[in-house]
Amino acid sequence: MSLRGYAIAYLIFLYAPIFLLPLFAFNDSTIIAFPLSGFTTEWFVELAETPALHDAVKNSLFIASLTAIFSTLLGICAARAGAKYEFPAKRGILGLIMVPLILPEIIVGVSLLVVVVNLLDWPLSSWTVIGAHVLICTPFSIAILNGAFQNMDASLEEAAQDLGETPWSTFRLVTLPLVMPGIISSLLISFTISLDEFIIAFFLTGAEPTMPVYIWGLLRFPQKLPAVMALGTILVVASIIILTIAELMRRRGLKRAGLKDTGGFL
Amino acid sequence: MTDIITLSGVQKFYGEYHALRDIDLRINEGEFFSLLGPSGCGKTTLLRTIAGFESASDGVLMLGGSDMAGVPPNKRPTNMVFQSYAIFPHLNVAENVAFGLRKRTDLSKDAKQQLVDEALDMVGLDGFGGRAAHALSGGQRQRVALARALILKPKVLLLDEPLSALDKKMREQMQAELRRLQRQVGITFILVTHDQEEALIMSDRIAVMFEGRIAQVADPQTLYRRPVNRQVADFIGVMNFLPATSKVVGDGVEVEIAGLGPATIASEQCPGGMPQGAASVGIRPEMMTLLYDGQTSESAVAEGTISERYYYGDMTYYEVAFDGVAEPVTLSMKNLVGRPVLERGDAARVSWDPRALVVFEA
Repeated sequence: MSLRGYAIAYLIFLYAPIFLLPLFAFNDSTIIAFPLSGFTTEWFVELAETPALHDAVKNSLFIASLTAIFSTLLGICAARAGAKYEFPAKRGILGLIMVPLILPEIIVGVSLLVVVVNLLDWPLSSWTVIGAHVLICTPFSIAILNGAFQNMDASLEEAAQDLGETPWSTFRLVTLPLVMPGIISSLLISFTISLDEFIIAFFLTGAEPTMPVYIWGLLRFPQKLPAVMALGTILVVASIIILTIAELMRRRGLKRAGLKDTGGFL
Repeated sequence: MTDIITLSGVQKFYGEYHALRDIDLRINEGEFFSLLGPSGCGKTTLLRTIAGFESASDGVLMLGGSDMAGVPPNKRPTNMVFQSYAIFPHLNVAENVAFGLRKRTDLSKDAKQQLVDEALDMVGLDGFGGRAAHALSGGQRQRVALARALILKPKVLLLDEPLSALDKKMREQMQAELRRLQRQVGITFILVTHDQEEALIMSDRIAVMFEGRIAQVADPQTLYRRPVNRQVADFIGVMNFLPATSKVVGDGVEVEIAGLGPATIASEQCPGGMPQGAASVGIRPEMMTLLYDGQTSESAVAEGTISERYYYGDMTYYEVAFDGVAEPVTLSMKNLVGRPVLERGDAARVSWDPRALVVFEA
């Protein structure tokens, strides 16, 4: 009984703040406090009528899309190399690639800022954010794709070559279809990470802010707070949908490879 | 007979590890050939070298008259049945079988479909074309792998321990079926196995390998009856080894065998060469006979004591201790009507025939 009580308390602690987002997003008052005063969709309308927000969202979608593609491509190369080839210091190299997973983002942000501005003297832009996001997303891509590549029986590729296919057509006809669920899962997760990421984007963004940076800017104006709540609601829903698809893809990949599910990201 | 495969002086190194040592081998067109040996003996490496998945460090591999140096697996006239079967999980049975036909632009869709149907029919899977790969049993996967490889009509079919994952009954059934299939298609089959019984049952010829070397290449009967050394003799079936002294006399040897006594042996019973001095004499359990009360034998008879017996139902295996011989000798007797099963401690008179002996260097 006490255990159930604990579990409920824990779930409330985890999810109550997130449930407050839609609550106040539809609340007919600029003051974020109980009691609720009435239902409105005004804040969503306001979002739709803010061009600066649209630019920030477009910018974020652009950054997140390219980040997802680049980090997944790098992840495919690393995961395949790790699964198929032996090379000197393999464990060390593959371990080092994963380190950004646990580095504090503030450290990554500051050091990248120093590198980009002070050493390389590049202007800050969406591309510097993309570079930094690829850095933090690649370990996630590798972790997801490692599973996909290592679950694959190496003799499948050999069988395709034995049956007349070149290494490239083997990759296209056998390897790619079998790891495709992993690739989709990796694309979606790195997309989500990049879309939500604030600290690094805050340091490296140029004249065009990303969406999280734009939201941060809005917080200085209390009357904008309900609109932020509305935006947050949209983001939560979108994230849940994307991550659910990613997890379904991961499970489909396991099923396709004929393996038991041993847990994953979600 | 013509060679389909000729290997001369083939070597394979993995760093310091010498996986294949100076392999010379000719495999005939249309024969069922087995590579037999314990795990780590290099038999799979040799098969993969023929398939093109490994490249020889040195030596020449000729396949159908062409040098295979630098030829990738997809350009070789070989197809392989993998130990794990390697059925493509994202394709159904028919798509798996048709996989190798993708490059055959000369065939119409209907012609390909017909080839697939024939191949499935040949392995006893007609009507299974639409099945998903994961819905197949082990034996069915095996058949799909066979159909997928044979549909391309390779010059040589390579089989890497294809039966090791099956249970005993299924394995015996597939052994018979593989043999039938090989006769039917007339393609050279090369089978890798660690199961000596399987190799004896199925093969026209067998190469026995130890530590990267080929110890002996022979047909099953020669291999069983005239193994070239004790290592081969020990690996193929059961053989007793008795210490002896040997003297070369004319076209044969005269031996004095511990426990059994003297014998004159022809040179063909010394397949590894005629030893002079210390020797080891081998005899199979079924080549010796227990004499029961009052029975006589025209062959030589040795007297000992039964030190252990193992009752198998159809057979009884006895261990017989002879005076002056450290190891007991194993012999087997069929349990025929009226033939008693002797007990431990009983006196045993053992009749043996010098023609059944094989003499090795000690």
